[in-house]
Formats: sequence, C-alpha cells, structure tokens
Amino acid sequence: MADLLDLTVAEAAAKIAAGEISADEYGAAWRAAAAADELNAYLWRAEHSESLEPDWNGDGESAPAGEGDATPYGSNAPAPAASGPLAGVPIAIKDIFTTQGIPTTAGSRILEGYRPPYTATAVRKLTAAGAHVLGKTNMDEFAMGSSNENSAFGPVLNPWDRGRVPGGSSGGSAAAVAGGLAPAALGTDTGGSIRQPASLCGIVGLKPTYGAISRFGMIAFASSLDQCGPFTRDVADAALLLGVMQGKDPLDSTSVGIEGGIELPSAEDLKGLKFGVPRELGESAVDAGVRAVFEATVAKIEELGGQIVEIGLPHAEHGISAYYVIAPAEASSNLARFDGVRYGLREAGDEDLIEMYERTRSEGFGPEVKRRIMLGTYALSSGYYDAYYGQAQKVRTKIAQDFDAAFEDVDFVITPTSPSVAFELGAKSGDPLEMYMNDFFTVPMSLAGIPAISIPGGFAAADGATKLPVGFQIAAPAFAEQKLLEAAHALEGALGVEGGTDA
Amino acid sequence: MRLDDAEVETMAGELSGILGHVDRIRSLDLEGVEPTSHVVHLENVLRADAPWQSMPPQVALAGAPEPFEGAFRVPSPQADAD
Repeated sequence: MADLLDLTVAEAAAKIAAGEISADEYGAAWRAAAAADELNAYLWRAEHSESLEPDWNGDGESAPAGEGDATPYGSNAPAPAASGPLAGVPIAIKDIFTTQGIPTTAGSRILEGYRPPYTATAVRKLTAAGAHVLGKTNMDEFAMGSSNENSAFGPVLNPWDRGRVPGGSSGGSAAAVAGGLAPAALGTDTGGSIRQPASLCGIVGLKPTYGAISRFGMIAFASSLDQCGPFTRDVADAALLLGVMQGKDPLDSTSVGIEGGIELPSAEDLKGLKFGVPRELGESAVDAGVRAVFEATVAKIEELGGQIVEIGLPHAEHGISAYYVIAPAEASSNLARFDGVRYGLREAGDEDLIEMYERTRSEGFGPEVKRRIMLGTYALSSGYYDAYYGQAQKVRTKIAQDFDAAFEDVDFVITPTSPSVAFELGAKSGDPLEMYMNDFFTVPMSLAGIPAISIPGGFAAADGATKLPVGFQIAAPAFAEQKLLEAAHALEGALGVEGGTDA
Repeated sequence: MRLDDAEVETMAGELSGILGHVDRIRSLDLEGVEPTSHVVHLENVLRADAPWQSMPPQVALAGAPEPFEGAFRVPSPQADAD
C-alpha cells in the first residue's frame, strides 16, 4: 500500500488508466491514510469513494437534475466522472470551496454545519476529470492568516515538526500533502496563502494568474485578489491540476482561462532564460538559513544555463501596507453576508434585528476576522478613504508597473517564498503585524495579479537542530504559466529536493 | 458587529500598530497615478438571455437558521415588537 501512496498524481492516473493499479484500491489507500490524520488537517473526510451525502437540502432529498455549466442550481454534486485525466485520484479540498451536500465552514464557527446547495467550479472541473473529493481541509478562518492558528476548529500542525505551524491560510491542504494524507490538494491564495504554506511544508504550491481559474463557489475574502491553485508533490502534478481547472467560466465573469491550455512540463535546463533578483532583497529581513538556500538555488539556476540579472522592485516594500488596506476593505464588504439570516449561525433570534446581527457576528467570527472587518471598514470610511484605500490602490498600480518594467528585461522574478522557516505555534499570534510580515515576498505578486510558484529549495536548521523546508518563489508575467512551470520543473529536477516528509 | 470592552482594548492597540505601519504609504507622492481596483481589464459581461434553472426555494432555505413558511425569518427591526 505504501507503494501506491508514493506515486505522484500523474503517475497514479497513468497507472489507473493503463489498468496497472486499481482505482478502488488506490482510493481506499488514500482514505485510510487520511483517516489517520494526526495533524488536524481535515475538517471532513470522505468515507466512501462517492464521497457524497445525498442530503443536499437538509431533508435527505437528492438534487434535481442540473444543466451542466448553464446553471449551478441543480444536481452538481462533486461526484467523480468514470473517466478523465484524473480518474480515480482523490484530492483534498480547502474548506473554502463550496461542495454540494458536503459541510463547508471556511474555518469559521459562523458556517458550522452549513451544506452548500452548489459546488465550486474548480472542484466540479476536478471531479468531471475523474477526481474524488478526499476531504475538506482546515484553514485560517475565511482565509485570513499565515499560520492556520486562526481556524475556529483548532490549528493544523506542521508534519515536519508538530510544535510548529504549517503556514496559512491553506495550512490544512499543505500539511495534508506534505504529511502523506493526500496526493494533492486545492487551496486559495489572496496574499500568499498557497505559496507560504507550501514553503513551510516543503511542497509545491502554485498561485495562477488572477482569472486563470474560476472563483465561482470560492467563499470570497478579497475578490480582486483571491485565486485558487494546487498543492502537489511536484511541478508536473501542479501543471496537471492547473490544466484541468483553468478556463473561462460563465459563472465567474472575471475568469479568463489560459489560452492554449497547460501541458505537462518537460524542460531540463534553463538555457537562454533570465531570472531577476530584486536588488531590494539585500536589505530585507530574511533568516540566514533561508538566505543560504536562496543563494544555493540561484547558483543552481546558473548551472542549468539560466542568467541572473539584478532588477528593481522599488515599491514592493509597500506591498504589505497596500495589501492590508485593500484585502480588509474588500473583506469587510464580502463578509457582510454572514448576518444570521440565510445560512449559518444565528444568535439572539428572539431579540430585535440589530441585536441578532450583532450577537451572531460577534459570536460567529474569531478575533482576526473581527480585526480585518474593523480595519477595512475604517479604511473605507469617508474622511479616510483617499488616505488609505485610494492611496493603497495607487501603490498597487506602482507595484504592477515595477513588475511590468522588470519583465521587459527578464523572464522571471525570483525571491525566497517566506522570510523564515515554519515558526513555533503561538510564536507570532500575539502580534498581528509581525504575522502579516510573513507575506512580505508573496503579496506583491498578488497585488499585480501575476502567477507565482513556490518549490522546495532546500532545508534550514531552526535552533540549530530541526531540519525544516525552505521554499523558493518564481514569478512570471500574467498568463505565462506554461513557461513558469517549465522553468520550475527544470529547477526542481536539478535541486532534487523531495516534496513531503518521510513520515 | 459588537466588541466587548476587553476586545476594544486589545484591538485598539493592535490596529494602532497596523495603521502605524500602513501610514508609510500615506507619505508617498503618488499624485496622478491611476488607482488599480482590478488587474484584469474587464468589460461588463451579460449572460445569454436564455432561461435557466434557478435555485429552488426549499434549497435556498435549507441552510437558513430559522426559515418560516417558505421565507427567511428575520426578527423585528424594533425592540419590544411583541
């Protein structure tokens, strides 16, 4: 059975298609692995291969027939198709994606017990390709966090060291893949929520270009930044899942898709490619162990024929400031829908309306969500709007222009993914600003809307003892995912860092 | 949203710290820079004018905490309404 779990998604799918391994055995092996979750990575797990409960409306009824992509309202439960490029492959899904008939909480008490009436497009595309929903993974509440300590259902533990965080907000998805509890997982990235946990857990995490994959059915945090993407053991699997999920969706008018689709990467060298290193990196606060891995990876790029060029991203240092205005501003608006009326928690239902709203939201939301609603409401209030929100939007323009200018000279921009390795549980939870600084290297790409991938670069020893993974981030121009995946694949092959723990 | 006294005290300190950092962008000279609200250039998109299946009422109400006779029940907006 261990052999089955050692296969990448691409390998397993090929063997299942060729009849070399049984899809049932493969699925059962992963369900057994997921059932042994000691990391609090899962909030819900599939018991059977169908992974579905027919109770889509709370009365035990089946959904009426749907009409494919034309309407989300009908039977579109995430039931796996019999054939397709992912036939028989179980995938863990971050609990921010709606799944018809399967509990979906977004890590919040305010949605505890909620069963969505429709399935997110990204999940539907995976199941239409034959994938099974293996489970729903733990996360920071409404994707707000960088450590997974903001989940209403307890923190996720890092499989490399259970005293440390897995990163966030998609911490459950990252820990599940790194800890051998899922072959691949789906996450979302608003300011680094795929790349940072992938870095801290030693696996591959891809944030595609904004618009590459439909956001329909992704519970909204910051709508102009949110983008979903895969967590995988290697770059080829990330390409496989992106290829299945990308595309324009009539249910998300901001979705664009990737012209020409995505093929599995095959590049083995980096000849003729230019990699830009921001000159501002030298002054940035980066742990020595992370910097050493970054420099060793840069040397590896040169060995593979790539050229290193210094570039300038002069406004990137203001990314955190701009992000922590824009994202909370959008969140304060998006989260207004959780009011105790249509779904989820209701407190003080026998009192008057205002009392019900206030009690429901005060008891349903955790501290970080409240903090961001306060911050966003403040930034949008008249009198402060221009000074904060307006100014942040202009900084966003400057950051995007910095990248545009850099990409005139280079093919990619490279940085460490995270300034540090995985930190100890509780180490940063008392200081929100220090926690936000985790996103220093990932936020600029989110603001610019461009694709970026984190691949395992190597290891650093925290406290001189524990060996912990260090991620390497590569960013590319908008919709240049194929080129990005080719380069990441070549570098991954040369680095030879295995994704996931030995555990 | 309601915050109790302890939350107000904690959050006041935290928000001051965050805004102190964010304040750095207020001093940047960005006169004349266009604000970016969205990175993808979008035009209004209309769905094809064709009938489609809407969410059935019993499904829309299935997740509601207190549905009432085919509708979402909302408490009275006035105190002491009863």
